[in-house]
Amino acid sequence: MAAIADTPVVYVRTAPAEMLPPPVASSGFIGWLRANLFSSLGNTVLTLACAALIFWAVPPLVRFLFIDAVWAGPDREVCLATAAHPEPGACWAFVRVWLSYFIYGFYPIAERWRVDVFFAALALGIGWLGWLSAPRRDLGALYVFIILPVLSFVLLYGFPAIGLAVVTTNLWGGVLVTIVVATVGIVASLPIGILLALGRRSELPAVRWFAIGFIEFVRGVPLITVLFMASVMLPLFVPQHFEPDKLLRALIGVALFASAYMAEVVRGGLAAVPRGQYEAARALALTYWRMMGLVILPQALRITLPNIVNTFIGLFKDTTLVFVVGIFDFLRTIEAARGDPKWATPVTATTGYAFAAMFYFVCCYGMSRYARGVEARLSRGDRR
Amino acid sequence: MTAAVRPQNYTVRAGRIALQVLLAVVVGGLIYGAFVNAADNLARAHIASGFHFWNNSAGFDISQTLIAYSASTSTFGRAFWVGLLNTLVVAGLGIVLATLLGFTIGIARLSRNWLVARLAGGYVESIRNIPLLLQLLFWYNAVLKTLPELRSSIALPTGGFLNNRGLFLPRPVFAPGLIAVVAALVIGIIAAVALHIWARRRRERTGAPAPVGWWSAASIVGLPLAAFALAGFPLTFEMPQMSRFNVIGGLEILPEFAALALALSVYTAAFIAEVVRAGILAVSPGQTEAAQALGLRSGATLRLVVVPQAMRVIVPPLTSQYLNLIKNSSLAVAIGYPDLVQVFAGSVLNITGQAVEVIAITMAVYLTISLVTSLLMNLYGRMTAVVER
Repeated sequence: MAAIADTPVVYVRTAPAEMLPPPVASSGFIGWLRANLFSSLGNTVLTLACAALIFWAVPPLVRFLFIDAVWAGPDREVCLATAAHPEPGACWAFVRVWLSYFIYGFYPIAERWRVDVFFAALALGIGWLGWLSAPRRDLGALYVFIILPVLSFVLLYGFPAIGLAVVTTNLWGGVLVTIVVATVGIVASLPIGILLALGRRSELPAVRWFAIGFIEFVRGVPLITVLFMASVMLPLFVPQHFEPDKLLRALIGVALFASAYMAEVVRGGLAAVPRGQYEAARALALTYWRMMGLVILPQALRITLPNIVNTFIGLFKDTTLVFVVGIFDFLRTIEAARGDPKWATPVTATTGYAFAAMFYFVCCYGMSRYARGVEARLSRGDRR
Repeated sequence: MTAAVRPQNYTVRAGRIALQVLLAVVVGGLIYGAFVNAADNLARAHIASGFHFWNNSAGFDISQTLIAYSASTSTFGRAFWVGLLNTLVVAGLGIVLATLLGFTIGIARLSRNWLVARLAGGYVESIRNIPLLLQLLFWYNAVLKTLPELRSSIALPTGGFLNNRGLFLPRPVFAPGLIAVVAALVIGIIAAVALHIWARRRRERTGAPAPVGWWSAASIVGLPLAAFALAGFPLTFEMPQMSRFNVIGGLEILPEFAALALALSVYTAAFIAEVVRAGILAVSPGQTEAAQALGLRSGATLRLVVVPQAMRVIVPPLTSQYLNLIKNSSLAVAIGYPDLVQVFAGSVLNITGQAVEVIAITMAVYLTISLVTSLLMNLYGRMTAVVER
């Protein structure tokens, strides 16, 4: 023992090792920067290029939209470039003056409360069905698919017997029309789409081939041609004395178009319901419709709710196309208003489009966040 | 759902037949009623029916014609082809640009670089949530129409002008010798394909890799270049000239065309980016790890393991995005680009009044494109289906 202690052992250090430099920070802000932005030469170059892009694009945008923007004024004079104000910003004054037109179109001013009530009733319906744990969602479905359409028609079109004067649809416009087209599209396309999806999976050949033919036909052609068809051919196909309303024609076109897409979405949901569910329902001797209504569809629609919302987002954006058949939806009112000579400035078009872009972005992004939330919630249920 | 629902008794079977007959009667009745009404309405409005109008003189001008067309002598049929070609050319350019941009952004969204991924994400979220028509109007009315007027055109460094009437570029003029270059290009492509097939066969037989990439690049690029030099550079450019009221000569790119191509590619790129991202994420990390465990380098891992599997997921939705782009090109009608819908379902329909025939032809064109594409897609799906052992 002692001998070992006396002999110097070469591999045992006697002096403390020199201190190593501290490791490269891998946590904290600097570490985060290093890992995510400057991990290699290539990455650093990319980061700098992106930063340059942002510095090139964002400040002018902020300056245009907010700092140089004109918020109020009587006419175009305030939005023109002046010596003191060489770079004209967005002309929000124009949007302010025309705002009620963008929302209601030419809907008579005295009757606009009806539109407001319609918006509120619609919001109630959307909230009821969209909030997954709302009480009595069956009543909500009844409200949205039966009561709301009737109520909206009475409110918006009018019903002289109860003192609501008729407002013909050529006076409707703006956000009102956009929302009417989108809502009618979704409310009509969901039931038709479900029927088509069931038809496509049916084993009755006539039903299946009809469904396949309809779905593939509509999905194969652009919405514009469907709208053209609805607006030019539909009047030919009905007896002469029955001249369908212009808006109604577009609504029929949009509803048919959306149904085909909805059918494919619902079909995906039907395919995702496990086979055992069908067999169990059959074993309980449920008839076809009770099996679908009580067992399969509730599950299929629940699974596919995010996709239904995504279809609705597509439909909401597609409502802008009613433009081409001469209906004054929101985008069309902007196009019309920017032609107003009283507000003709170089920035009027850009301002109008920026306003429209914000409106559509807020609506669509909100819906897609909702769809993602539902998806997360559903997958939480699956993981259980 | 298939085998489980056989008819148990005759009542059920009778009900099923009755349902189908009912459907047939209702659909047939609707079509018949529509037909009778249409014939009635058309006769009252003194509108001819049938496709005789196809050979009648068109009598209207089209602002962009890729094939010879004149308002006075050309027929409606010719106008149809002009419109169809215009649709195809804008959709073709849109598809190329959207693919390049979409793949770049889709890959950027998966980048480990935080800023790059966020920027790509911001692009996708903002572009996807704004209607295409709005973007189209923005590009056309707020960007291209506010370019300088003719007098103060921007002169391009390569020769040519940019103003609010369009982009005027030098137009390539082909000398007869150019046919040799085209032939060389075709031969080069065939050679490259043959080389690939040979290399693949050899790899499957012996396992030895063959570095054919450079060889095929050389044959596709090099052969035409050599032919070009040998033929004595048979290519000149016709420069656009500024005159008092117009730009004369050169290659004119209409602002309508540019706006439509830009809007379509920017919009579709956002969707393609999502398709690409989903496709790459669908290849499980285990695949990359397994490839590395086998000793493949990162380039080979990507090329031989990740990309082929990702492509199988990417191609079908990518094709449907291409179809969407083709269908969306019909928005041309909103800015007056003379595509199929604007020329045929617009001008021709207004002049002839034959709504049924014109709309039917227009729809048939889009349907044909869609059906042929989905047929090809089914073939592709069958070819690339994973063979489960």
